[in-house]
Amino acid sequence: MGPSRLEGTGVENPMKRDPARFWNPYAGGIALGLVLLVTYLLMGKGLGASGASFRVGVAVTNAIAPLHVARTPGLAAVTAEGNPLDDWLVFEVVGVLIGGFLAAMTSGRLGRETLRGPTFGTAPRLALGFGGGLLMGAAAKMARGCTSGQALSGGALLSVGSWAFMLSVFAGGYAFAYVVRRQWR
Amino acid sequence: MMFPIESLSDERRTLGLGVAVVVGIAFGFVLERSGFGRAQKLVGQFYGTDMTVFKVMFTAIVTAALGATILGAVGVLDLRAVSFNYPTYLWPMIAGGLMLGIGFVISGYCPGTSLVATASGKVDGLATVLGVVVGGLAYAELLPYLGTFNDSGKKGGLFLYDVLHLPPVAVAAAVGVLAVLAFKGAAKIEQMVNTRAQQPMDSNEA
Repeated sequence: MGPSRLEGTGVENPMKRDPARFWNPYAGGIALGLVLLVTYLLMGKGLGASGASFRVGVAVTNAIAPLHVARTPGLAAVTAEGNPLDDWLVFEVVGVLIGGFLAAMTSGRLGRETLRGPTFGTAPRLALGFGGGLLMGAAAKMARGCTSGQALSGGALLSVGSWAFMLSVFAGGYAFAYVVRRQWR
Repeated sequence: MMFPIESLSDERRTLGLGVAVVVGIAFGFVLERSGFGRAQKLVGQFYGTDMTVFKVMFTAIVTAALGATILGAVGVLDLRAVSFNYPTYLWPMIAGGLMLGIGFVISGYCPGTSLVATASGKVDGLATVLGVVVGGLAYAELLPYLGTFNDSGKKGGLFLYDVLHLPPVAVAAAVGVLAVLAFKGAAKIEQMVNTRAQQPMDSNEA
């Protein structure tokens, strides 16, 4: 999984692309906090992710089965406002994809691969990715946001529900980590 | 109150959508550079080997919370208007949080970081994104069968400073103090887990 940062000898060249080198977590956190603060100031709301993924799903479903969308209240609520993709969050996520791409490219981390442990297969890893995503898609609808839209954005506004959500995310992750540990071995 | 700029969500909406793309680029860039496009870096949090998620997330929360509450206190930001977007539904938020945490450790990503992973070419990130899309649709289908659960524990806008009867800035500062203490604890856990892991099976990177 990429070269170890310990392999470098001597003084590190700050301009060298090193896929194993990341920002200092506290510096990254301050940068992320400032991006969030600017978003509050300009837009009156925070960042998000899962809501945009959901809107893409509604748009696809609406193109295939518009009558079904109209009959399903949880989907019709989105199409009632107009085109599901004509939304602030969808544009923000387009930006996230661009920003993630640029950051990966300029740090040497861009490349097609499936992240997994050395003894774990690609197919089961993709199945776990999809399965975990399935749970999270439903969970984010239930909780009215994900780690970005609820825990981070609501948490920084000190919302009680956002904090209950965030602590539950950590609890769920720790409780289940042992069960799926083999995918990283 | 100069902020938020309401016109960006209203008559200058097109400009607001442009702002969304720019803000998103910054968001995605910071996430990737912090290591959040790599599943091992993210799930290391749940195995005690890498506390980056905790450090980045709480530093960001403290930074934004201090900024928002200070700007609210001096009358630059309408804190209530922004906070209004984050009402509390206690039970679905707790249940959803547990479920999302389980999904996180299974997939190796959260919904936002799976997008960053996809943008950097990670196929498992793409599988997670597809799962999130289908999972959201499935929840909308199941919603009519869940009865009143989805709206249970409805508290409206309820904030830690309401519960504690303190000024918002004081609570943000207290969260900051707690975070610093927790960072020290996190560093200690990382050190303990990683020195123990190195003894039996050499270093398995990430």
